[in-house]
Order: sequence, then structure tokens, then C-alpha cells
Amino acid sequence: MTKEKRWRGPGGPKQSPGLLVALVLACLSLMALDSTADGPVDGARRAVGEVFGPVEVATATAVRPFTAVPDWFRSKDSMQDDLLQLQAENSQLRSEVATQDYDRNRLAEYDGLTAAAADLGYSLVPARVVGLGPSQSFSHTVTIDAGSDAGLRPDLTVINNDGLVGRVLRVTRSTATVLLIIDTDSVVGGRVGESMEVGLLHGRGDLGNDGRLDLELFDDTAVPSKHDTVVTWGSEAAGPYVSGVPVGRVTSVYSSLRETSQRAVIEPFVDFGSLDLVGVVVASGTDSDRSVIDADGTLR
Amino acid sequence: MRALAAAAAIVVALALQVSVFSHFSWAGVVPNLCLLVVVAAALTRGSHFAAVLGFVAGVSLDLAPPADHVAGRWALALVIVGYVAGRVRRDAPPTASTVVATVAAASFVGTSVFALTGMVLDDAALGVPDLLQVIGVSVVLDVLLTPFVLPPVMGMFRRLEPDRALA
Repeated sequence: MTKEKRWRGPGGPKQSPGLLVALVLACLSLMALDSTADGPVDGARRAVGEVFGPVEVATATAVRPFTAVPDWFRSKDSMQDDLLQLQAENSQLRSEVATQDYDRNRLAEYDGLTAAAADLGYSLVPARVVGLGPSQSFSHTVTIDAGSDAGLRPDLTVINNDGLVGRVLRVTRSTATVLLIIDTDSVVGGRVGESMEVGLLHGRGDLGNDGRLDLELFDDTAVPSKHDTVVTWGSEAAGPYVSGVPVGRVTSVYSSLRETSQRAVIEPFVDFGSLDLVGVVVASGTDSDRSVIDADGTLR
Repeated sequence: MRALAAAAAIVVALALQVSVFSHFSWAGVVPNLCLLVVVAAALTRGSHFAAVLGFVAGVSLDLAPPADHVAGRWALALVIVGYVAGRVRRDAPPTASTVVATVAAASFVGTSVFALTGMVLDDAALGVPDLLQVIGVSVVLDVLLTPFVLPPVMGMFRRLEPDRALA
């Protein structure tokens, strides 16, 4: 009797498979809708983001004291401040060293041009990471707690103290979704600092937080050497990445006979496992709901 | 009332999964709390309710930031999980070992379905060894979280409609 009951299912014998079929069809049509560009799903994403964004921000804010407990045990508040300051200084110096070759070359190229000032025409909107996409979803995206109210829009560059983090995919009022450069969908124009050769950086989508990038140079005779620094190549005003942001260091180079170009493996400067405070590059003078860091380092 | 509580459970699970457990991830994989809620619903309320809840939870996972994969993939995975987990329900209240076994099977099925749809749609697909690693890690994490998540959530679903749940 028990066996009979077990196989009759929880809903009794009158349960029909119609509901299941309907749900599966709904899922499939959702996939089909989302596969077309600019479908109605983008609107739904934004609507859901408007609701879940504040929830994520609140949750991340609520648990921040607890996730910071190990830090708190290690040092007192004042030491913590010193540490943060030194770390910031350290990574600034490191990125200065890392981009030295690039800067020297660029200086030579721009010599006589007064347009260099345009490079200072950016401001940074500070933001914190409040949500990370899990590896189960096989994509590397994070949520940050600044949105269109803070002056953000899609396709802006996101950086932190160490280098390039990614670009903004979409924004809600209070949050934005950022595609990390280690995602397989991410393509960044890169330039080898020493030789000024340009190429494309593809994310490998490695598991976990130690992501790597593949650099493919356009000029197949150019061979990047190990420890060369790669910076963003930058596109014109409309493009997603500003130029000259340090991306990573070449760890190995290989060429295949079948492919016409050289491939180099890049280790990014940014530690994607401990991503917290980031800055979004906006045009200077952007209206924002928070203080914006200007090019000369002042808060506005 | 029941739908409201279920929706609240999904929102809480999603927020915890995205904002809290990402600090304790293992190779980037976090416990899939939404899947655990769907399994809890399946074990107490049956496959019909669980499939609908799975659809709601999956669509939320697909659309809430920072998700960027093709929408509908987690929805399909969790509908199947809810339906299948609901079918293995028995008449007596489930024992601890049945619950753990169901969670392990559900986690395996759910993550696999999600990975397979990714392969079919060519949406950020990884190599098979990486896929197997992710699936293995997520099964382990989901089972580890089961004793903390399943009893309270199942208790909640049972209390909301006691006579039907115990029938």
C-alpha cells in the first residue's frame, strides 16, 4: 500500500503534467526572448534590479562589519587606517612603475602636443562591491552600489587602486552590474607598454578568483616578452575603456603555427577575489549623488 | 499568505547568496540557497508547488544583478529540480538521510541542467573538467548547508498549511 501511495505522487492521481510543460515552455521562451538583442528582457532585468539592488546594498552593508571581523582582530582602527593608506600608496607607486615604459613612449609621441591635458579630464565615482556572481553561473560579474543617480551609465570603465576591473554593463537607480575583464565575454583593447604594440585581451573565464587573460597582438611579428606590462589601449570618447589603465603583466608567451598571431597570457594586477572599493571613470563635471574624486585628487 | 512567505524566502535566499556567501566562496562557487528553498518546498508541499516556486526563484536568479547569462537558464534548472524533488516525496515526514540525498541529487541535477543549457546556447561555456569541478563543489556546499537551511524552511512551509502538509 505504501508503495502504491508513493508512486501516486504528492498531488494525488489527478495531477496532470500540464503545469510542468507550461513552466518549461515559459523558460524556453524566456531564453529565446533574451537571445534577441534589446528584447523585453532588458526591461525586466532593470525592473528586478531596481528591487534587488537596494536589498543587496542593504545586505552587504549589514554584513560588512562581520566580514571585516578578521581585519578587526588583526589591528586597531588607527593601524587599520595607516595600513590602508600605505596600501593605497604602495599600489599607486607600483602602477607608476608598471606604466613607466608606456608613459615614456607616450610622452615622446605626444611631445609638442598640448592635447595631453585631455587625459586629465576624467573623474572617479567611488563605489563598493555589494554582490558577486557565483561560479555556478559561469560568468564573472559583480554588483556595485552606485547607479544612474551617481552619474553612471553603461559602458563606463571601472578601475581600482591596482588597475582595470571591468566595464559597466547596465545600471539601475542605485546599483550597476559590472562585467569583469576575466569573463569570457570580455574583450579589452590592450597595448604592451614597452613596444606600444596593440592587441585584444580576452578573458579566459577561469574558475575562482585567479583569472587570466589572453593577449592577441595584431602584428604577428611582435613578440611580447615576459613581465611586460599591458595597459588599456583606449577607444574614442564613446568607447567603454579609457586609455592607459594598467591591466596586467605578461606571464608567458606562445605562438601556434595554425594561428597567425602571437598569444600571451596576462596576469591581471587586480585581485578579483578581494574586490571591494572601486572607482568608475566618468567625464569630469558629471552630476552625482556622492562626492566625486577629480583628476587632481580632490573630492568634489 | 503561503505564496508571500515563499517569495520572502526566495528574496532572503537570493540576497544572502549574492551578498554574504560570496565572501565564503570555494573556487568562486557559493551554496545555492534558492535551490535549497525549492527542495524544502518540494519535500513539504509536493512537486506542483515546488515547480512553480522553482520557476519564480530561477527567474529571480536570472534577472537580479549581477546576473548576465541568458535569462531562463536557472528558471529551467529549478523547475526541473522542484518537480523531480517533489516526486520523491514519501508519505511519512522525510528522514534526515532522505533530505540530504534529495538535496545532493537536486544540486547535481540543477547545476548540470544550468551548465548544459549554457553549452547548448553557447553562453559562456567552460570545458567539461571545469564544469564537473563546479558541479562537484556545489553539491558538497549545498549538502553542507542542508542542516542549517532545510529544517527551518521546511518547518515554515509545514506551519503555513499544517493539515495538507501532514496528509
